[in-house]
Amino acid sequence: MSTSIAPQVLPEKPWRPTFKRVLPDLFGALLTAVSTVLIVAVTPLKGKLGFSLTLIAMALVFSVLISGVRKDKKAAFNSVSTVFVYIAATFVLIPLFSILYEIYSRGVGALTWGIFTKDMSLSSADAPVSEGGLLHAIIGTLYLVAIATIISAPIGLLTALYIVEVKGRAAGLVRFFVQAMSGVPSIVAGLFIYAVWMIGLGNSYNAGAGAAALAILMIPTVARTSEEVLRLIPPDLREAGLALGATQWRTVAMIILPAARSGLITAIILGIARVAGETAPLLLTIGGADAINLNPFSGNSSALPYYVWKNLSLGNPESIERAWAGVMVLMLLVFIFFTLARYFSGKRTGR
Amino acid sequence: MSTVTPNLPPKREITTVPRFSDKVFRAIVTAGGLSSLVVLALIAFFLVYNGLDIFRSEGLKFLTGFDWIDASPEEGLPAQYGIGAMLYGTLVIGFLAVLIGVPIAVGAALFLSYYAPEWIKKPMVVVVDVMAAIPSVVFGLWGFFILMPHAEYWAKLIHKYLGFIPFFDMPAPAYTRSPFIAGLVLAIMIIPIVTSISREIFAQTPLDRIQAAYALGATKWSMIKAVVFPYGAGGIVGGAMLGLGRALGETVAVYTVLNLVYDIRIEVLLSAGGSVASMIVNKFGEADAPELRALMAAGFVLFMVTLLVNFIANIIINRTARKG
Amino acid sequence: MNDVHVSSLADVASNHASKKQPGTAVLGTGLEARGVHAWFGKKHVLEDISLDFFPGTVTALIGPSGCGKSTFIRILNRMHEFIPTAALAGEVLLEGKDIYESGTDVTKIRLRIGMVFQKPNPFPSMTIKENVLSGLRLAQLKVSGEDELLESCLRRAGLWEEVKDRLGEYGGALSGGQQQRLCIARSLAVNPQVLLMDEPCSALDPGSTLRIEETIRELSSTMTIVIVTHNMQQAARVSDYTGFFLSDGGPGRLIESAPTSQIFSNPKEKRTEDYVTGRFG
Repeated sequence: MSTSIAPQVLPEKPWRPTFKRVLPDLFGALLTAVSTVLIVAVTPLKGKLGFSLTLIAMALVFSVLISGVRKDKKAAFNSVSTVFVYIAATFVLIPLFSILYEIYSRGVGALTWGIFTKDMSLSSADAPVSEGGLLHAIIGTLYLVAIATIISAPIGLLTALYIVEVKGRAAGLVRFFVQAMSGVPSIVAGLFIYAVWMIGLGNSYNAGAGAAALAILMIPTVARTSEEVLRLIPPDLREAGLALGATQWRTVAMIILPAARSGLITAIILGIARVAGETAPLLLTIGGADAINLNPFSGNSSALPYYVWKNLSLGNPESIERAWAGVMVLMLLVFIFFTLARYFSGKRTGR
Repeated sequence: MSTVTPNLPPKREITTVPRFSDKVFRAIVTAGGLSSLVVLALIAFFLVYNGLDIFRSEGLKFLTGFDWIDASPEEGLPAQYGIGAMLYGTLVIGFLAVLIGVPIAVGAALFLSYYAPEWIKKPMVVVVDVMAAIPSVVFGLWGFFILMPHAEYWAKLIHKYLGFIPFFDMPAPAYTRSPFIAGLVLAIMIIPIVTSISREIFAQTPLDRIQAAYALGATKWSMIKAVVFPYGAGGIVGGAMLGLGRALGETVAVYTVLNLVYDIRIEVLLSAGGSVASMIVNKFGEADAPELRALMAAGFVLFMVTLLVNFIANIIINRTARKG
Repeated sequence: MNDVHVSSLADVASNHASKKQPGTAVLGTGLEARGVHAWFGKKHVLEDISLDFFPGTVTALIGPSGCGKSTFIRILNRMHEFIPTAALAGEVLLEGKDIYESGTDVTKIRLRIGMVFQKPNPFPSMTIKENVLSGLRLAQLKVSGEDELLESCLRRAGLWEEVKDRLGEYGGALSGGQQQRLCIARSLAVNPQVLLMDEPCSALDPGSTLRIEETIRELSSTMTIVIVTHNMQQAARVSDYTGFFLSDGGPGRLIESAPTSQIFSNPKEKRTEDYVTGRFG
């Protein structure tokens, strides 16, 4: 050992995969691809399904062979599991990208300025897509979402405050039931409002009833997200407020809620994103309409999901085209809410 | 009880005024907090109240009967309401969804927790969140127009090669709108929630146990088997049950891709299935007053089943998340 | 405990050295660190550490907290790389072969160089028996005579008498000290050449600590042991060699390494003397 003093020692990460080290994996990938193409070309296996199945089988065979020969049995098992989780991750992504792609390619053609400015009152179902529009559905959805938020935001927020701040005797029970409430099927919420609003009180269809059903579905999302947000408020903030002699009410109103503000906004927006696309309860509550109805508490109303549903049920080619256009607008709306929610939650953590 | 210190009462008097505002505050918050319990109770009450006649007249037959026939006064036949076939169909598509969706979701959660490089992980978590936000009517539309032609082809292959298994038998060549396809659509719909719950539980796996396994020469997979799965088993089971709950209550997407038939069949590839939620939508439009009551009763059954599944799921998840 | 009170640390160390001559058993080099540096991100935490660990001996690494001794011991069986920002330079040789060499199967390295952690961490979902044999399961090794192996590992870890009637109970049911000896037994089951112990007694009471120290002494005849400790008395009691690490705000350095008796009675470096006599740290 000639131990001369090294002038400069550089940090290394020898465990990082180098090109030489991933070479066998690349070789395996190449073998997989080549053998798959060969098998598909020679044998009767064909089509996307035959290709993917062969690809998966070949990936398994070669990864096991290579790691088994180069290392040992446990490395072979390990590579099987690696192939499995990569396939699983791919299977999660395929439907999503397919859905987004199809919505775009089938919906974008119908997306003209006209559909945002007209309703369907003057157009028949089999009229071309360029006639009529879905303004009435957009207005209906905005009414539904606004009223549902007015009902559910205070209740959800109070529920979270009850669990985290007041810590009432039933806090555990409330928390548990709110968790369970998020699993209530949307159709049941619709049936409930129908039973109360139409059968019990003798009203007829309107947007208010739909909003009430949506509020039931929105409360648990708002409550649970707000609860998480409130739990993230450091306890010393709370104690600082109380130690200054403030009442609990003042501490909550002047310290806790402002500190949690953007998180609570996120909670509400997530709730909106959750219910904006709900269809089933609306089928039982809003009645559906082809014209704009500016009064949410009287007369039938439409909504974007309802519009999609109705056009899908009509079944003629023009209606199906309208359904895809409606889905595209609906998804844009949901994404706007979703992006807003992420923006506000990012602001919270960024502080 | 005699240990009350005598100098406490005066202090209380000083805080009288603020305590009043706090009393109001606490009362309002408590009322708001308990309102979710009240809503749940009201849902149960109103559905039972409206469906009471049906429960009385049909009895247990409501749960086991296969027939859903309106009364026809001309022929003097009484109405018959039984959701047995629909209940069975609901369970079939729910279990199919879990069977297909949960392994994929758990695999994806493992990928995100232990395999994915950082630059894939973050965007993919967002992508899974986005998937959870897609409305069910969109899944219905996509399932009907895009997935169904593919799934029909897969179903034919399954029948061709596995047709000797009774589940994959085909009495008639009708492959569209089958429980298999409904199960596929539901599987895709429950993947986001099962993935995110599994991922949350995996993230809580104690680091020292993971290190202990690696220090013993474990590969990634043997570490996962020895440490992550035993720790997270409850979370996976709970997540799967939450997914099941969602699948049982799903309405619009299932209605679009499933042919409702009032019969119990074990052939999952055949275009004949059942779903309580879809049936409610299906029958609601032209229902007369007694049938409406029957639908309320069916809604109550669905409500109780999903509530039960959710209760169990949440108990399991909470217990897993709490343990050290 | 008596001897600790009545005699100075130097006496303890030389006493112990007279029982067993370090150096005489050395046949070849077991584990060698050659010019090891370590970084976390841009922070240089270890500088140019070269240290040999001889088969059949116990080497203690001492030094004040933050001197990099835990980082160093984690480098010795490649646990270092689990920290995303970690990097290193230099070599660690096991029987003359660099364990960081490209293409090395890291799981095989960790089978040959075992590790016991600061906090006892038995797998809670496994029984005592399954815990001891878990290394075999994890590495998918087949062994004939599992029961004999189980008994011998638990005996070597000094736990057999206490648990032989309750092998089916869960590992979490044991006391802290017993859990740590269970973790030692677990490491022994895969028959490592080297056992690394990162402050194995810091979470234990004095009685359990003594039991573990006895275990370490007994194991040292059959393997190479490296132990990180912040307790100088413990280093004096159990080790044959001692390495003293120190950081002056910059990266940690190996100030002095020598037979333990020499470190405690006649250190070459002033800083070593100051530390072992309790003047700082």
